Amino acid sequence: MSDKEKKKLVDDAIGSQNFNYTQYSAKKYMIIAAGIVLCVVFFFLDVVFSSTYIDPAVIIDNLLHPGRDDIMHIIVFDIKIPVGLMALICGASFGFAGAIMQTMLNNPLASPYTLGISAGAGFGAALAMVTGLGGMAVLGEYLIPGSAFLFALLACGGIFLVAKVKGFSADIMVLAGIGLVFFFQALQALMQYLASPEALQGIVFWTFGSLTGSDWENILIVLVMFAIIFLLIYRKAWFLTAMKLGDSKAAALGIDTNSIRKWMFVAISLLTATCVAFVGCIGFIGIVGPHVARMILGEDQRFLIPMSCVCGAAILTMADVASKVIGNGVIFPIGILTSLVGVPFFFYLLLKKKKAVA
Amino acid sequence: MKVRVDSVGFSYGDTPVLKDVSFEALPGEITTIIGANGAGKTTLLKCIADLHKHRGNVYFDDQVVARKDMPKIMSYMEQNTDCEAELNVFEIVLLGMVQSLSFYVSEQDVEKVTGVLRLLGIEKYADRKIGELSGGQRQLVFIAQALVKDPKVLVLDEPTSALDLYHQFKLIKFIRKVTKERGCVTIMTLHHLDVALKYSDRVVVISENTVYGEGSADEMFTEKMLAEVYRVKADILKDAKGNKHIQVLEPLDEEYEEEMDAESVFPSEE
Repeated sequence: MSDKEKKKLVDDAIGSQNFNYTQYSAKKYMIIAAGIVLCVVFFFLDVVFSSTYIDPAVIIDNLLHPGRDDIMHIIVFDIKIPVGLMALICGASFGFAGAIMQTMLNNPLASPYTLGISAGAGFGAALAMVTGLGGMAVLGEYLIPGSAFLFALLACGGIFLVAKVKGFSADIMVLAGIGLVFFFQALQALMQYLASPEALQGIVFWTFGSLTGSDWENILIVLVMFAIIFLLIYRKAWFLTAMKLGDSKAAALGIDTNSIRKWMFVAISLLTATCVAFVGCIGFIGIVGPHVARMILGEDQRFLIPMSCVCGAAILTMADVASKVIGNGVIFPIGILTSLVGVPFFFYLLLKKKKAVA
Repeated sequence: MKVRVDSVGFSYGDTPVLKDVSFEALPGEITTIIGANGAGKTTLLKCIADLHKHRGNVYFDDQVVARKDMPKIMSYMEQNTDCEAELNVFEIVLLGMVQSLSFYVSEQDVEKVTGVLRLLGIEKYADRKIGELSGGQRQLVFIAQALVKDPKVLVLDEPTSALDLYHQFKLIKFIRKVTKERGCVTIMTLHHLDVALKYSDRVVVISENTVYGEGSADEMFTEKMLAEVYRVKADILKDAKGNKHIQVLEPLDEEYEEEMDAESVFPSEE
């Protein structure tokens, strides 16, 4: 008998009669607070580190005494801080969106990426570039994100329509999403086939995902969207936790699961479409973020939702720091990095989890 | 509170599952619904809990209760206790009060959960993940979830299906005690007829999609009923105290008998 089994037997015999729920919850709040502190640290690292050879001391000096050096001021306040903030907010949004989708669809694989929302956005952006709309002077800046947003929403609309026929059951939504991934990827491949070399380069770069285009205006749009949708959904955290018991048990507890799935899907779609439109297809955060959060804090959504935001934000800012450090003068495409680092890390977590259960 | 089921009917598409089911269940009593496999027992419980859209009405103290208000008065426990969620036992039981929980769980709610866990003797599992427990232990957890909000109506679908004989009797005795003490209406289905006979105040027999008969356990458990509803030949024995016991002798199905009489149920491959 292994030590673990012995311990389990002893635990069964004596029982953990001192289980204190209040302390147990307080500990979870502390972990979330620690995660937020970590995010702030990563944010500062993100601002301080550069792909170019700017001495971190100069940046810190400029942060402490703004306006001392005009060019540095512009670099810090109009480029570096917006990029850092965008990483935080979009990371949090992807983590949040993944957590909600995984919970409401009761599927650990659900995320904006696997449900075709990112693929829709990718096609939208590609379409704008190939047709040359992105180069138009008027509205040019917003045409690519606008088109990406529109097609991301179209992907959601497709899932929504199919699901509506079947009463918003989770399985149908996941299957419809997977179907749309292939559909939009095929359309995007068609765009790449038809594209001019310049447009092709643009499409490829866009699909890598990038935070470099962030400015205060974009940040404000994403932030407002995130804040509204977060508050709307977080109020229903208890209902989402009950949905983890399965639809029939949740229904017996008086929860209208299909109606919750319907409106939350619309809300989450709006948020993801907005983020993807501005930063592109930054993969995997929507899956890894919530999984890490779940392993740390379990599935009480009052804790899981904020922790998924924290994990998403931490992963994206960390990835942004890494993309600058390893790029050696150029910024390494962040979407490649999140997937390259994310997948092995994800495998590690999965294997580790399996061991703990066995 | 009194529950009156009035002409309830339900069909899956064109296939009728329940037709014109009526009976009453009284407070402080266990009303057990029995019947052969596929008779529609679970469907009937779901109709009572308003989880199925059905014909006819279910009155609670002569009033129809809207679906959204149902959780305020009723707990419904389904037969299936499978649960993959990464939640511990305490959290699962807490969810029994999901409609009234505040964002920060109050001291009173924590005490309620602790109390019901202790009542069922499962407080030692409070911090264990639900997936780590056995089927029988999970069943107790979901019973705790049903009881935590102190419902006026308790609807339980096969609450003992995963329990061994000892725990079946123990749990039913416990449910009976709770029913009497709290004065709630308890309606449940049971497969184990001896348990149903011993602990039910009222028995409703469902057969061929409708009510075969209702009455006290003594009235309902007859050799005739067992033959007509369950298709078994059985003796009802009385012990020295006058308590009834069921002794099933053999199935009454001719086909089944022929099958058993044949030399081999599985013919050889010659």
